[in-house]
Amino acid sequence: MHRLLHAISAPAANVSIQTRTTINGVAAICDPLGGLYLPEGRTLVVSDLHLEKGSAFARRGMMLPPYDTLATLRILEAVVARHSPATVISLGDNFHDRKGSAAMPENFRQMVAAMARGREWIWINGNHDPDGAQGLPGTSMDELRHAGLVFRHEPSTGDGIGEIAGHLHPSATVRRRERSVRRACFATDGRRLVMPAFGVTTGGLDLRHPAMTGLFDRQQLIAHMLGRDRIYSVRFANLLG
Amino acid sequence: MPESGALTLPTPFLRWFSEKGWRPRAHQLELLLRSEAGESTLLIAPTGAGKTLAGFLPSLVDIDRRGIIPAGSPFVGIHTLYISPLKALAVDIERNLMKPVGEMGLPVRIENRTGDTPQGKRQRQKLNPPDILLTTPEQLALLLANGEAERFFKDLRYVVLDELHSLVMSKRGHLLSLGLARLRRLAPALQTIGLSATVADPLDLQRWLVAQTPPQEATPQETPTQQACAGLITVAGGAKPEIAILRTEKHVPWAGHSARYAIADVYVAIKEHRTTLLFVNTRSQAEMLFQELWTINDDNLPIALHHGSLDVAQRRRVEAAMAENRLRAVVATSTLDLGIDWGDVDLVVHVGAPKGASRLAQRIGRANHRMDEPSRAILVPANRFEVMECQAALDANYIGAQDTPPIGKGALDVLAQHILGMACARPFDALELYDEVTSAAPYAHLSWETFERAVDLVATGGYALRTYERYARIRRTKDGLWRVSNPTVAQQYRLNVGTIVESPMLNIRMVKRNQRGSLGRGGMSLGKVEEYFLEMLSPGDTFLFSGKVLRFEGIRDNECLVSQAFSFDPKVPSYAGGKFPLSTYLAAQVREMLADPDRRDRLPDQVRDWLALQGDVSMLPRADELLIETFPRGSRHYMIAYAFEGRLAHQTLGMLLTRRLDRAGLKPLGFVATDYSLAVWALDDMGAAFQAGRPSLGQLFEEDMLGDDLEAWLNESFLLKRTFRNCAVIAGLIEQRHPGREKTARQITVSADLIYDVLRAHEPDHILLEATRNDAATGLLDIDRLGSMLKRIKGHITHRGLDRISPLAVPVMLEIGRESVHGEAQDFLLTEAADDLINEAMGGKGTDY
Repeated sequence: MHRLLHAISAPAANVSIQTRTTINGVAAICDPLGGLYLPEGRTLVVSDLHLEKGSAFARRGMMLPPYDTLATLRILEAVVARHSPATVISLGDNFHDRKGSAAMPENFRQMVAAMARGREWIWINGNHDPDGAQGLPGTSMDELRHAGLVFRHEPSTGDGIGEIAGHLHPSATVRRRERSVRRACFATDGRRLVMPAFGVTTGGLDLRHPAMTGLFDRQQLIAHMLGRDRIYSVRFANLLG
Repeated sequence: MPESGALTLPTPFLRWFSEKGWRPRAHQLELLLRSEAGESTLLIAPTGAGKTLAGFLPSLVDIDRRGIIPAGSPFVGIHTLYISPLKALAVDIERNLMKPVGEMGLPVRIENRTGDTPQGKRQRQKLNPPDILLTTPEQLALLLANGEAERFFKDLRYVVLDELHSLVMSKRGHLLSLGLARLRRLAPALQTIGLSATVADPLDLQRWLVAQTPPQEATPQETPTQQACAGLITVAGGAKPEIAILRTEKHVPWAGHSARYAIADVYVAIKEHRTTLLFVNTRSQAEMLFQELWTINDDNLPIALHHGSLDVAQRRRVEAAMAENRLRAVVATSTLDLGIDWGDVDLVVHVGAPKGASRLAQRIGRANHRMDEPSRAILVPANRFEVMECQAALDANYIGAQDTPPIGKGALDVLAQHILGMACARPFDALELYDEVTSAAPYAHLSWETFERAVDLVATGGYALRTYERYARIRRTKDGLWRVSNPTVAQQYRLNVGTIVESPMLNIRMVKRNQRGSLGRGGMSLGKVEEYFLEMLSPGDTFLFSGKVLRFEGIRDNECLVSQAFSFDPKVPSYAGGKFPLSTYLAAQVREMLADPDRRDRLPDQVRDWLALQGDVSMLPRADELLIETFPRGSRHYMIAYAFEGRLAHQTLGMLLTRRLDRAGLKPLGFVATDYSLAVWALDDMGAAFQAGRPSLGQLFEEDMLGDDLEAWLNESFLLKRTFRNCAVIAGLIEQRHPGREKTARQITVSADLIYDVLRAHEPDHILLEATRNDAATGLLDIDRLGSMLKRIKGHITHRGLDRISPLAVPVMLEIGRESVHGEAQDFLLTEAADDLINEAMGGKGTDY
């Protein structure tokens, strides 16, 4: 079942958010709703919200359901409520296209404003929305460095030490008993972490896809896959190609 | 009007018949007479009865009478439209029709128009239309969505619909019925001629051929038979076919579908005949049979393979070789079912049970295209239940019983596509279009309210949240007419027309490894395979395709790379398509056979003995009785229900029963369904529970399972996603193709699944979800059939508590482990995979790969 339905149906108490990892020595918790929480700086990271994707398509003649923004924001509310962070970092592709943030309906803007109240909110710019978020609380920037970590949208080509990025929408597949299961995942080798896409109408790219080549030390790479109410951690070697 | 049939034929026709030494057949003249009297007609005739000529005779006579249109005359549109389900058939008919037309020297221009017709020719056809245009349902939709449609079709006299029985069964048929309704508006005098193989209910087709009166206007005393319908001409079958069930000394297996045991006997039969057509039900069976035949083909007989996912060029080569009688045998799936002329086939072998009596009759009809010679056919059952099924099909064929399914209601996604097409043709008035649409038989019962929702779906997606008004694809302007918002909309429509949604398929390309072990490029393309099958493979796995054992190397640039494998034990492609469920008629026959000692006695010894043993150990149920057996085995308890309602209905039953057993605390673990029975296994003793009435079998099989339980299950299952995807593509919510870029099937799947989730969570009553549920209920879930079974067995359930497995239970028990069980086991599998990490951390190496 999609995590969208869990966010609406499953009470937060049943959820196990104990899956811990470290990026360049900084402790982090992978939340099955798709957010990464850094307890030290009380920071919540999400990536690739792709808000207003439905309306972006409708503008071009494909009438996708207009509910994606609301659904994504509800999950965001749930994960923000769970961790009550001091800072929220949204790692880019926050909106599906340049027009998205200005065109977002008023009621959704208010939801974002309510979530941002009393917190620092940082919009990292992505390739879909390079011009920043218009008329919303928070600060837009291309990149943020803080306490041994660097937050950016696209993973760099360098060694990536301490990098937390999005853009790639990583997913992983496991096979058991002749059946395969594919899920979005946090991908990390301990040096760098690539976030799963948070938006409800975003697809995934398999960790074995050529676009992922060279990003990770595959010996150390673990896929923390998003399950119904917990994270499933699987080594790269045990994933299906 | 002349009295005698022969007199109605103009001279060139009479001369041609007598030069050939032939006489026009009675049904050909009858059809001509009725057509000239202004009647639309359905002609039901077996293969080889001269159906094609009969269908075109009224047109040819009429055009001959009219004569050549002098140059400089005002524009004249096409006279006759011929629609066939297959592109290849349209091309084939052109060849077959040109011959007599040329020999008679008739002034008739005949052309075809398919997806392959070059742009120049299409343009010329519009400016200077032929007399007879041969085309497909998709091409007709495109022609009708054009601004020039009115001019092009204004003079249309006849629409000839070939293989109508096959056309009407699908969404293509729905689209075609709507196209026909529009044609009637453009050319009110047009008449239809339907050509069909024998069907169970001709009246369905007769109604389909003419305009229907909406129910609110029909007078109450009007019975269905008095509703508008075309006339009917039935040609009795020629010589009775000679059908036999393969008799063998070999052991007939208990389960499985390969029929490996019979390969040697089949090979002997091929050797004894000129040309043999071997039919199977699935592509994987075709692959396997082909492979097995070549293993023992010591005489090097030319035996070929033909199925839908092979490369087109390869299929055409096989078809050409077949037409020239260069082959001794072809292994084929339903791609060869329809009426293309296949040369001199003198034997049809059906491997596996035919699943339906009508399907068998149509396939046997492929042998001996001459009506007066009997067709020869051999049925090869793959397992013991299939022996009974084959016997039932053979009996049915002997008495001429038919079991084609009834025509379903028109699909809403198809309606949406048609509405957009009509807006592309010219601005429409909603009420007028509603009247037109409901004159098509499949849509005769469509309510105005649903029609409005479909228009809304086309315009803005049909959402309760009306946020897309400013992006609407069609809008209502001040004059009250709906029109397309901009030219791109029409362009998008043209790119996405049609109702055949391709399941994600990847091209298979043969590559070689070089010395360094890396993969080379650019080998031969072998055809296409479903993506989900490849997702199950790991590099190094082997599978059968195109008659070869291939090694899966990986996926690159949306192609599946393979190399030659040297393994003899391939993993066979398991295609989802092509598994027809057992027809209701044959199922009833098998039940009666089980209950009737005389009919059992006529079965082969092996099968008879097996059933006798079942009678001793447990029992043989009466025809109206549902036998339930329970027994322990290993650490589990099993329940077998012998429902005989086909695999799809059994699967749905299995889903619903396991939910109920779970609620009753009996800890069900899984189930497996075959065409004949259903096995459920659980940790607790179900037999004891039934005896104690917790629950009773009556409660367990209560009809109300089709209410809340079904609803609850559908809301959780993944089953509807694929169905939704097809509906969304057909309705134009998701595009298969967009101007300027081709969307890959993979991309469509991803977004459709996500859209389905979002829509279900926020607007469960959306019209496309309704369309999805309707589709699944008639297709995937077979709800109607399950419903009528639950009704039938009420009060007739017999329980046998056994201490071990019964003979009748063996086939379904052998299927366990062969098939994956549906269900919500995904997270369970993830847990197992995640445990690897723990295992590794604890130093264990106990993973299974």
